[in-house]
Amino acid sequence: MNGMKHTKGFWLSIVLAVVIGIVIQFLINGEILDSFYTNTLYLIGINIILAVSLHLIIGITGQFSIGHAGFLAVGAYTSAIITMKLGMPFPVAIIVAGIVAAIAGLIIGIPTLRLRGDYLAIATLGFGEIMRIIFLNMNYVGGASGMSVTHMVTWPWVISCVIITIVVITNFTNSRHGRACIAIRENEIAADAMGINTTFYKVVAFVIGAFFAGVAGALYAHNFYIIQPTNFGFLKSFDILILVVLGGLGSMSGAVIAAILLTIISTYLSNYPEVRMVIYSLVLIVMMLFRPQGLMGTKEITAFFKVGKTAKGGVQNDKHTVA
Amino acid sequence: MLKINDINVYYGNIHALKGVSLDINQGEIVTLIGANGAGKSTLLKTISGLLKPKTGEIIFENVNVAGKLPQLIVKRGISQVPEGRRVFANMTVEENLELGAYLRKDKKEIREDFDKVYQLFPRLEERRKQLSGTLSGGEQQMLAMGRALMARPRLLLLDEPSMGLAPLLVKTIFRIIEEINKTGTTILLVEQNAHMALSIADRAYVIETGKIVADGSAAELSNSDQIRKAYLGGH
Repeated sequence: MNGMKHTKGFWLSIVLAVVIGIVIQFLINGEILDSFYTNTLYLIGINIILAVSLHLIIGITGQFSIGHAGFLAVGAYTSAIITMKLGMPFPVAIIVAGIVAAIAGLIIGIPTLRLRGDYLAIATLGFGEIMRIIFLNMNYVGGASGMSVTHMVTWPWVISCVIITIVVITNFTNSRHGRACIAIRENEIAADAMGINTTFYKVVAFVIGAFFAGVAGALYAHNFYIIQPTNFGFLKSFDILILVVLGGLGSMSGAVIAAILLTIISTYLSNYPEVRMVIYSLVLIVMMLFRPQGLMGTKEITAFFKVGKTAKGGVQNDKHTVA
Repeated sequence: MLKINDINVYYGNIHALKGVSLDINQGEIVTLIGANGAGKSTLLKTISGLLKPKTGEIIFENVNVAGKLPQLIVKRGISQVPEGRRVFANMTVEENLELGAYLRKDKKEIREDFDKVYQLFPRLEERRKQLSGTLSGGEQQMLAMGRALMARPRLLLLDEPSMGLAPLLVKTIFRIIEEINKTGTTILLVEQNAHMALSIADRAYVIETGKIVADGSAAELSNSDQIRKAYLGGH
C-alpha cells in the first residue's frame, strides 16, 4: 500500500534491474561468473517469481494458500511435455506452462476460495499433494523416476520473466483491482459491504499467482535436467511460503529480498547437508522472534528513498528487482 | 422506499428471522431496537445482501433485491455501516473513503463527496493520511460512516453506531446521523441504546427473537409502558 504512489521509484528500479541484468549477461559471457554462480542466479530468479506470485495471493489478497508447489509442478511438467514430447520451442513452453497453471488455479480457486483461514490452507495443501500424486502415477511423464529435460534456461529468459512478473504484479496491486484485493485482506465483510465482489477478486489473484508459478515451473524444469514428483512436495510449498512471510506479508520488495537472501543461504549451506535444515530453521525462528512482521513489514523499498536519500548504500543487496 | 415482506432467514438450522415485515418511507429515520440476539444485525445484513433470505421479498424502490449480490444492492443505493466499524486498518483514512466509492465512476462527484464527508467529520480531514487502525473508536465510527456515505446511498443502514463509545461521543454521532438525514438520506438505525435511538427516530420497530413485536412512532413507543419496562429500564 505504501507503494501506491511510488511509480517513479518503481520504473527507476525496473530500469536499474534491466541494466544489472545486462551487466550480469556480460559477466556470464566473459566467463567471470562460473556455472556455479550462474546457476545460483537462475535459482534466485525462479524463487523471486515464486515468492512474488505467492505474495499476490497471501500478502495482498490475504488468502492463506499453501499449495503453491502444485502450480509449480503443473508448470514444470507442462513445459517439459511441450519441449521434450512435442518438440516445440522453449518460449512456447513458458507461456503454455503459465496458462495451464492458471487454469488449474481457476479450477481449484472457485470451490476452495469460499473457505477461510485454516480451511483454505488445508484445501490448498491437499491440492498440492494431489498434483504430486497425479504426476507420480503418470507413466507418460516418467512416474516416480521423473522426466529428463534438456537444459534450456539462459540468463535473459530468467531476468525477463522476473521483470515481467514484478511489473505485472506491481501494476495489478496498484490498480483499482489491487485496492479491492487489499480491502479483502483487511476486512472481507467490510469489503463485501462496500460492493466489492470478493469471490471474483480472490479467484483473480489466485489465477494470476498460479500463472506466474507456472512460468517459474517452466524455468525450473529446464534448469535441472530432471524433474521428479518429489521435488514438488509440500515442503516446496512451505519454502515458498517462508520467502513471503520472511520478507513481510504485503511487501513485494520484502519477498524479493527474502528470495535472494534465502536462496544464497541455502545454496551455501548445501555444502553442509547435515546442519542445513537446522541453521535454516534457526534463521527463521530468530527472525520471527525479533522481527515478526518480516524483513520489510508491509513497506516497500521505495518508501525508504522517499524518507531519506541516505539509504543509498543499501541497494547492493537487491540487485535486479526492487519494486 | 423500502418494503420488506415476510422474510425468513436461517443460519443453518437456526431460524433467525421469522416472517419479518417492515416499511421505510423516503426521508425517514427508522430505528430497529431489541435485545442481543433478537435478529437486528441479521435483518440489516439481509437487506444489504450479505445474507440471503430463504423466503420473502425486499422491495427497494419497486425492485425486489432479496438475495441479490451485495455489489448490486450497493449500486442500487443502499449502503451499510457494519457493526463494529470494520475499517480497513492498514489503509489511510483517505484510502478507506476511496474504497467507499469503489463502485462509482463519476470522478467529479466523488471529489465533491470527499468534501461533504470532511465537512461532516472535520476530524477525518485532519487525519487524512493516518492509518485508520490507529484512530480512536469514535473516529473509526466516523470513518465507517463516511465510507458508507461515499457510495452516495439513498438508504443508509447503520448497525449499532454507539457501540463501545463514550456517552458524549454517542451524542455527537447521533447528531451527525440527524444531519445526514437532513440532506435527504433515509436511515435505518439498529441500536441497543434504545433511548438515544428513539430520541432521533421518526418511527421504530421492536424486534424480539426474530419477530417484530411492536411498531409505531418513536414518541408513542418511548411512552409505552410495555416498551419502557422491557427496553428502556423500568422507571
